[in-house]
Amino acid sequence: MEKSLSINGKSYTVKVQEEMPLLWAIRDVVGLTGTKFGCGVSQCGACSVLVDGLLTKSCVIPVSFAFGKEIFTIEGTSDNLEFLRKAWNDGNVPQCGYCQSGQLIAATSLLDSIEKPTDEDIETAMSGNICRCGTYTRIRKAIHKAVALKNESR
Amino acid sequence: MSKIQQINRRDFVKLFGLASSGIVLGCNISSDKKGFIPQTEGAFIPNLFVQIQKDGKIILLASRSEMGQGIRTSLASAIADELEADWNYITVKQAVGDAKYGNQNTDGSRSVRTLLLPMRKMGATVKAMLLSAAAKKWEVATTVCKAENHYVINTNNNDKIFFGDLVDEASKVPVPAEETIQLKKVKDFKYIGKTLKSIDLKDFTHGTATYGIDIRIPNMKFAAIARCPVTFGTVKKFTKNKAVKVAGVAGVFELPRLIPPTGKFFGMLGGIAVVADNTWAAFQGKKVLDIEWNYGDNYSFDTEKFKEKLTKRIAKKGKLVPGGSGNVNTAFKNSKNIVEATYHVPFLLHAPMEVPNATAWFQGDTIEVWAPVQDPQTARAEIAHFFDVKLENVIVNVTFLGGGFGRKSKSDFVIEAVAISKKINAPVQVVWTREDDVQHSFYHATSAQYLKGSIDENGKVTGWLQRVGFPSIVSSFKPLSDYASGFELGMGFTNTPYKITNFRLESVKAEANLRIGWMRSVVNIQSGFGNNCFIDELAFSAQKDPVEMHLDLIGKDQIAKGKSKHPYNSKRMKDVLKNTARKAGWGKKMPKNHGLGVANHYSFYSYVATIVEVSVKNERLKIENIWTTIDCGLALNKDNIINQLEGAAIFGMSIALYGKISVKEGAVAQHNFYDYRMTRMKDAPNIHVDIIDKMHEAPTGVGEPGVPVMAPAICNAIFNATGKRVRSLPISDLGLV
Repeated sequence: MEKSLSINGKSYTVKVQEEMPLLWAIRDVVGLTGTKFGCGVSQCGACSVLVDGLLTKSCVIPVSFAFGKEIFTIEGTSDNLEFLRKAWNDGNVPQCGYCQSGQLIAATSLLDSIEKPTDEDIETAMSGNICRCGTYTRIRKAIHKAVALKNESR
Repeated sequence: MSKIQQINRRDFVKLFGLASSGIVLGCNISSDKKGFIPQTEGAFIPNLFVQIQKDGKIILLASRSEMGQGIRTSLASAIADELEADWNYITVKQAVGDAKYGNQNTDGSRSVRTLLLPMRKMGATVKAMLLSAAAKKWEVATTVCKAENHYVINTNNNDKIFFGDLVDEASKVPVPAEETIQLKKVKDFKYIGKTLKSIDLKDFTHGTATYGIDIRIPNMKFAAIARCPVTFGTVKKFTKNKAVKVAGVAGVFELPRLIPPTGKFFGMLGGIAVVADNTWAAFQGKKVLDIEWNYGDNYSFDTEKFKEKLTKRIAKKGKLVPGGSGNVNTAFKNSKNIVEATYHVPFLLHAPMEVPNATAWFQGDTIEVWAPVQDPQTARAEIAHFFDVKLENVIVNVTFLGGGFGRKSKSDFVIEAVAISKKINAPVQVVWTREDDVQHSFYHATSAQYLKGSIDENGKVTGWLQRVGFPSIVSSFKPLSDYASGFELGMGFTNTPYKITNFRLESVKAEANLRIGWMRSVVNIQSGFGNNCFIDELAFSAQKDPVEMHLDLIGKDQIAKGKSKHPYNSKRMKDVLKNTARKAGWGKKMPKNHGLGVANHYSFYSYVATIVEVSVKNERLKIENIWTTIDCGLALNKDNIINQLEGAAIFGMSIALYGKISVKEGAVAQHNFYDYRMTRMKDAPNIHVDIIDKMHEAPTGVGEPGVPVMAPAICNAIFNATGKRVRSLPISDLGLV
């Protein structure tokens, strides 16, 4: 069945099974590989994307859920994501980098909903994302830094 | 490094896959054959390459795999420093698997240790050539020329020439003899010993770094494999009716096991392969396969029973391991104070975030693969072996690794991809599910240890008996290897920092019923755990401060004799310990329900000490703070080292708190991150890392040495907070997390 997927403001015509998880539609059908597979059961957050602004584990959500909605992935750009990228860079956050797409999307979602998150907010928002390299303390600092960068830019 | 030579243009173009002009240098570096896994055959005539383009861009080839340890940045920075290059002009390309690059096996925390000097010499050689070229152009002596920030400067008149503008001249300059190459002094370092951010940051934050799983080739298929739940079980019969009906499934067939020859390679487990148009269809097809298995001998394996068996064995005399001293029995007889304890660590899993995967294209007499491998040369040799093609016709492209931790040293998943590609005559990507990764890995071996120590009336440890049993890594290369090998015991059992007059180490039998591999810091995990927990117990029994007890056991200042490039130095061990104690405020009064625990460990020639602060309230454990100090000799890239140590702390926490692979009826009982748990953001404590700078010492390991201290420091802190000893990991078994 041919359907249209809107990702980062761009429309893609895809031929997919409706029940295919969004992750695989993005990676294998559309061909955007920045969104990662880590567990397939909504445990690690490597596959995090925003669907109509809502943080979504794309490995367990059927692609049909995203038809007619706006999907935002690591290939996209937004004010908050750019401040986060800058902070990730300043803090030299990533090690292997594999989980960082999902971390950045989860952090974007956090900043989209809370302007100045506390450590506790960060722990709640980011605990669905596993980093096996263990960059958590840097991620925590970088989220605070992104908020500071954003305030400086105002 | 014995010889630096210019590379002919054809070779160069082949290597870099581009046709730009520039100086290209190859450089033979000394071989590094001391791995603990079998080395690939063939000559070690390694070459590494530098290219300078006319636009000034410098392309450096990274011979080691990038898996988060920052090696692409670290090695490049050493070349750039000696070359006086501007870092902004540097790009790094990944080398394919080829023996001419020297040993590419990325493990053992040894890339910087073995490659720093060759990389520096390479940079210095290129600089010398640029100076000669400029001198010729200006018609002055080379000695009046100096290089600075991508320019050569005429010190007589301050004229300067951009590196890129010297390319044609420099290409004609003969390569200077190695003995004429001058290296920079430590005080003149610009990048070495400073901080350079990862050169791949932009790709990591934009989703544009290509990992193995991101490889896309026109007309490629995707494949999943159902493997027998019991190690080395085989397919009895299977029906594919349901699987072939799954939309997108293109083929279902049996993949026979490939058994590696004794002493090398990994082979593959075999099973039923499902080939499909996309990853999800392959996973779906795999789920609905009906397979009957011949479980084979490993069906009876049960980790609870095995733990009991090992515990019984360590209660009795084992095989003596050479290297002991004195007589422990006499010491025990003459001491009033005897301490005994038994420690257990379960089977453990690497679980890199990127699951094992590989893309292969079998094209008859040539085979090309793209894979996240730590050891591309073994993968290459193994492909040549199993598929009967010439080694030179096998191309192994190394992608970024989404974590490795030792799992991706084993090339079984690459062999699977090649086998399927051969069968379907098309390029294919094999992707493991997380469940596949959890249930079919090369596991870190479970272990049991018995320790007995004696203390005299002055609180001095007079005797130390240690009996240890764990399935050996060697069993994966040589069946029926039932005792720990020498190189394994050399990771924290036979090379402890402790000077004890009466010391005896015994090894007991431990069969392997799973594939055994190595995981970040390897045997140091169990040796570090046993040694440090036991010293804490000895200290308590002797009513001594644990840090004091460690310092006493480490003994007086002494540098080990022998030929090692990195001789053990007891003062450095004591210094990291003292620094950590100072930073942690060791000895301060702790809040109620809080406790501090200490551990130190010498591994990969590095000295590490850690103190952990925990709190235990309402039977809930929280890791509050971690202080770690490392002395890794010359600290090449400081912030990267700190990041590694922070990561090692989190990795070690996962081991201590949650790490447990258990087996029932031969099958692994865990499935995914919900039952093989990981440390998460909410558990992450404050981590304070100190580096004791030794800029004039050789660099030693960084990626692994931060791991072994974590579990014992946490358990000792729990004792300090609660009075309860944790002697069997993981802590989650006690219900504290």
